Amino acid sequence: MPQDPTERRVVVTGPPRRARRTSGYYRPRTEIDEQTTLGHTYVRSLMRIQLRAGLTVFAVLALLVGPLPLVFAAAPDARRLEWAVLGFGLYPPLVLLARWYVRRAERNERDFVRLVEDR
Amino acid sequence: MNYTYAVTAVALVVLATVLVGAFGLRISRTTSDFYVASRTVGPRLNAAAISGEYLSAASFLGIAGLVLVQGPDMLWYPVGYTAGYLVLLLFVAAPLRRSGAYTLPDFAEARLASQTVRRLAGTLVVGVGWLYLLPQLQGAGLTLTVLTGAPDWLGGVIVAVVVTVIVAAGGMRSITFVQAFQYWLKLTALLVPALFLILAWQSDGAPSHAFDEPAAFREQRTVRVDDTLDLRLAEPLTVTVDGSVDGRDLDGTEVSLPAGTHRVGGGTRLTFAEGAEVPAAGRGADDALSPSRAESREERPLYATYGLILATFLGTMGLPHVVVRFYTSPHGVAARRTTVAVLGLIGAFYLLPPVYGALGRLYAPELTLTGDADAAVLLLPGRMIGGVGGDLLGALVAGGAFAAFLSTASGLTMAVAGVLTQDVLPSRGVRHFRLGTVLAMAVPLAASVLVGGLPVADAVGLAFAVSASSFCPLLVLGIWWRRLTPPGAAAGMLVGGGSAFLAVAATMTGYPGAGPWHALLAWPALWSVPLGFLTMVLVSLSTPGRVPPGTAAVLARFHLPEELRTEELRTEELRTEERRTEERRTEERRTEEKRTEVSP
Repeated sequence: MPQDPTERRVVVTGPPRRARRTSGYYRPRTEIDEQTTLGHTYVRSLMRIQLRAGLTVFAVLALLVGPLPLVFAAAPDARRLEWAVLGFGLYPPLVLLARWYVRRAERNERDFVRLVEDR
Repeated sequence: MNYTYAVTAVALVVLATVLVGAFGLRISRTTSDFYVASRTVGPRLNAAAISGEYLSAASFLGIAGLVLVQGPDMLWYPVGYTAGYLVLLLFVAAPLRRSGAYTLPDFAEARLASQTVRRLAGTLVVGVGWLYLLPQLQGAGLTLTVLTGAPDWLGGVIVAVVVTVIVAAGGMRSITFVQAFQYWLKLTALLVPALFLILAWQSDGAPSHAFDEPAAFREQRTVRVDDTLDLRLAEPLTVTVDGSVDGRDLDGTEVSLPAGTHRVGGGTRLTFAEGAEVPAAGRGADDALSPSRAESREERPLYATYGLILATFLGTMGLPHVVVRFYTSPHGVAARRTTVAVLGLIGAFYLLPPVYGALGRLYAPELTLTGDADAAVLLLPGRMIGGVGGDLLGALVAGGAFAAFLSTASGLTMAVAGVLTQDVLPSRGVRHFRLGTVLAMAVPLAASVLVGGLPVADAVGLAFAVSASSFCPLLVLGIWWRRLTPPGAAAGMLVGGGSAFLAVAATMTGYPGAGPWHALLAWPALWSVPLGFLTMVLVSLSTPGRVPPGTAAVLARFHLPEELRTEELRTEELRTEERRTEERRTEERRTEEKRTEVSP
């Protein structure tokens, strides 16, 4: 039976991972696990970046919603506009903002994991 | 109108809930690791369950009623209920799930390691829960009155009894499926009739003056005024009166009333001509009930609107039955995705109440006078379509409304009873849990009989204000701020939540009658939320020595993605989980023993 060439065993060479780790290579993960000052700095940086993501979206929400009561009060004849915006128009932006935030927060977490696991 | 269909629908919904509750009891007994199992609930099912529990009587009946009476400004309620989940997602969802807290008092204890703060949070959970239960019971009473003419209190008592029995039996605990099912039931119960109503509206020539102010009668209509009320007329009005107006007894005479306030006696029939504007109604001065918050809203519309926005945007995260559900997500990432799905689901639902509100302004404008505006959703199918079709659609709506009362009320009762059992009553046994359940339901039931006059959605708005000024600071600062101390958290919750609570209580008892003070007290969020945050920050900063020693580790647990968790933290969580499962097992065993004792 002829052997499929793709099934042949290939030896991959390179420095073994364990050796790399024990060679005093810099590992943020341990710092976090052992709750050193440096580890706390890492957690803090994650918190800051996540808080910034949350606050950004919150600011957009505030800018979107905040002026609306003023607009409606300034134009009392635009009743139909008020019905349309409050009855239907605001829901799609809310869902879109939520999706935007989730994407951003998950990306922040992935980046952080990559950073501390040194991948 | 034929009541048989509606009563049958309500009975079916109640029966189904009891049955599923009973089955759930059986299932949750044989499933040994209940908490572990519930953690595998995927985002979609979990989101439907959260939405099913969240959409209450206020959403189902109240919004349409408020829109009918007060116009499109009231659409801020559903917008706020939805946007509250966005704010919850931004600042709370994932860290709350990662904290492993099952209730708000759990969270307070985990973050601040303080029994005092835990108890305080527990007290506030009970307060908010009761405030929120009140309108559920009132809504049930109203629904049954409208459907069958039964006395006001009967519907509330039915819901109270059913919910108490289900929760006390432990049946509602693990049933994500029931809550999810009730979301779809509620959506169907509003959507299907809404489609038919829109068709009826179209075949009626699609009149659109509902969107203009104020509402007007489309045809000659006679309105019976049950209780004495004050009519406030901006313009002179010609109306046929059979009864008494301003102390004059009239017998089917057409009178022309000048602009101003007129007292209409109870039992009077008013016949309005076609095209007449619907007058604004105030409560009679001899009425002991609170003046409607609508009055202060008319005086200061902008202040009231911003107060409403702040309360609903920030209050959602602190509602006791909302927090519990987040624990059922498998991890922080799933908690976030679940919240996005919830936003979509409740957003879709909230497209419907405005339709009923607008159609109500067209076809049932006299509801503003009779004080039954919350019943608009129930009455419209019969009014616009009529016949057997209208009755059947009305029955569908009534069933959906009862599903709303039952699901939200059982979630709330569960949360309140849990806190009462854990932190108030002397021991944690099953018997005490049952006592806690009865207590959790008895207080709002008594209150709903006493304070019957509050519009349903208004009462919910008050619960949101208290939650926004106490739990929102606790959660947001607890998750994002390292220097929060137990004294700071306690002071902030007491000052913010306490002041909002007092303002609410003052509004409910009718003090002070009118003027700027009334507006300030009726819409407290705008000052009480900053007050809560400020107190929490300032007191924390002045007690820097009281920062709990484990804060850094706790915050790391809140924010680190699950894959980075250290073994230590993971085992700690597992231990908590095992402890809970164990507690539950013991409880189940006791229930079993009790059952065998009771049964012959």
